[in-house]
Amino acid sequence: MMRPAREETTQMIDSKRILRRRDLLKSAGAVAGAAAVSSVLGAPSIARGQGKVIRVGMPTILSGRVAILGESSRDAARVAVERFNAAGGVDGREIELVVRDSRGQPDEAARVTRDLVNSEGCEIIIDAEASSGAFAVHEVISDLGVLCIHTCSETSSLTADPELHVPTAFRAARQGIHDAVAGGGYAADLAKEKGLVRWMTCSPDYAYGRDNTAQFIEYLAIFAPEIEIVNQAWPKLFEPDYTAYVTRILQVKPDAIYSALWGGDLVSFLEQANLYQVFGSGTTLFSGGLADPPIVNALKQLPPDLHSVFRYDPDYPDGEANRKFHADYTALSDTQPTNWSWQNFTAVQFMTEALKRTGGDTDGAALAAEVKGMEVDSPFTESGTITMRADDHTIVGYPVAWGRSIPEPKGFGNWVRGDWGEILERETEWKQRQGYL
Amino acid sequence: MDLTALAGCLSSAACAVTQVSTGLIIGMLLFLVASGLSLIFGVLGVINFAHGAFYMLGAYLAFAAYGLTGNFVAAMIAGALGVAIFGAVFERVFISRIYGRDVLMQLLLCYGFVLILDDMVKIVWGADYKMMGMPDSFALPPVFVAGGPVPPYYIFMIGAAVVVGGLLWLGISRTRFGKLVRAAAHNPQMVGALGVNTKLLYASVFGIGSLLAGLAGALAAPVRSLTPGMGLSILIESFIVTVIGGMGSIVGAFVAALLIGLTRALGAIGFPLFVDGAMFVMMAMVLILRPSGLFGRQV
Repeated sequence: MMRPAREETTQMIDSKRILRRRDLLKSAGAVAGAAAVSSVLGAPSIARGQGKVIRVGMPTILSGRVAILGESSRDAARVAVERFNAAGGVDGREIELVVRDSRGQPDEAARVTRDLVNSEGCEIIIDAEASSGAFAVHEVISDLGVLCIHTCSETSSLTADPELHVPTAFRAARQGIHDAVAGGGYAADLAKEKGLVRWMTCSPDYAYGRDNTAQFIEYLAIFAPEIEIVNQAWPKLFEPDYTAYVTRILQVKPDAIYSALWGGDLVSFLEQANLYQVFGSGTTLFSGGLADPPIVNALKQLPPDLHSVFRYDPDYPDGEANRKFHADYTALSDTQPTNWSWQNFTAVQFMTEALKRTGGDTDGAALAAEVKGMEVDSPFTESGTITMRADDHTIVGYPVAWGRSIPEPKGFGNWVRGDWGEILERETEWKQRQGYL
Repeated sequence: MDLTALAGCLSSAACAVTQVSTGLIIGMLLFLVASGLSLIFGVLGVINFAHGAFYMLGAYLAFAAYGLTGNFVAAMIAGALGVAIFGAVFERVFISRIYGRDVLMQLLLCYGFVLILDDMVKIVWGADYKMMGMPDSFALPPVFVAGGPVPPYYIFMIGAAVVVGGLLWLGISRTRFGKLVRAAAHNPQMVGALGVNTKLLYASVFGIGSLLAGLAGALAAPVRSLTPGMGLSILIESFIVTVIGGMGSIVGAFVAALLIGLTRALGAIGFPLFVDGAMFVMMAMVLILRPSGLFGRQV
């Protein structure tokens, strides 16, 4: 035995005197709060161009549980930027992408955006924040007046609500109301065909999960009034264990489940449901996020005939441009492309096309005038284009297809295209109901 | 509230078995993490705020070992032992420097390591979701007990946690090492004066506590998605367990973890919108009626 460490043991006694239950509780609260406001500091990242550059700022989330949002957004934007630079830029000016981590905090997203423009010389913002951060960035942009394209917020009101309208802000991302109409129509057709009457929902208990689920159910019920919602489960965001919800599904025995779970939560939910063989024995799943390639890759077992909205698929649409995007992306990224990837790639397409049209003038109003109503060639749609609608600054004509899972090789296929005519008609009705029109 | 549904479930053997086994599944993983937290606090007086990150590290080490060897046992050993070694080194190099300091120092040090470990995991394994996958030996249909399905892996997981908990209890209450640990918890200065290598003792205790977190992470790896930052939610629930069970009490951690597990499992049927609320009400009740916890003693 070595000699006792007297000083250390004395300190231990002092330490125990100091620590009381109240300390534990205060500290537990402090760590929970601190962790909630801050995950991991990600290193800033700069994709450098050469020579005289146009600096484009990108606030996004590069740390914590949703770091894949930022990484797959950044890498897709890099693909588009590198193509633009390789083609000579605009009048010899290349783009330099300046990426900063907001850690998923709205106030940090706002601060980072201001810094990017005011301190780091960025003339354009590609906002790859999730919804809460996007609204904060949106407000900052209304002050700064630079061109901003939101790329990850699916919350419809961001661009649909005229009170939030910012002349230089646009959205190159799918939005909830479009998905709800397309998904509701697709699910209703299957409900009629397969007799899926008893429906249950299992979505994360926060604003996005509840809004997304309510909209999906609303349009499902419009298109198939005979369906019945027999149960709704609301696991909290980032719930690690879904067993209690899985066994609840076993008790309820629904014909179909709609879930707005996404990311790692969706992976956990499905793997834990697979242990009980929930799917494939009379219950099917309709998911708003399952077809994202990183999720499909993470799953060890993908049951057949689960349904998901299109997120990204290198084989759909089956075309050279899509395959090239996938090859370019995977050549520079550690992740598989996600839904956020095609949205960011598309945003850079709008931005670079506008820069070409203005001859490199980065004035926010001038660029916004060009982006308004712009149509760009897209590798991600069967029509080959995506349009930035002029009246509310959001994209239409993007992929809203729904498909079915294929266990081997794991993936999605049998894509059924959404009817944009129906979607736009229903969207107009929805806007009127919301008082937006 | 749907207490009728809950009563209906409990009156059906199949439903009762399913939900009670669910409570055990949730509770046993929580017990492993919370008992490590409790052990470290009980003996060293340190609130290891990095314990959730240790759980994450255990899951990722098991994932890596399983990927390399394809052997489930190797994955469990890598997860548990890897984190145990990391914990012991962490105690010697860092924690030992802040004994006797304000609790805020513990918070700052441990939280710093949470950030570092989360980033390290992201650098090594990436930000993608990872899933270890179910080992072939457990990729079986659920076993039906009184008509209620229970997956074989969960039966193993509950058994493993109970065995480890039992060994921990035996080790602390029946062995010489356990006597030293208990003595150090009670009067570390005297233990040191009697010639015991307290540095080694402290590192061992911290290592065992970390091993429990690592083992919980390794056991969770086949059924939970792995992401940087995944340790936070289990850390918060472990604090609740520790407060309810009593700081420093392994038996208390076991009982409290079961209570929390059953609350979540039965709450999902009977009061799905008040499950978290019920857990915090339980904690508040314990704090009011028995401030030292169900099995704790005032420190």
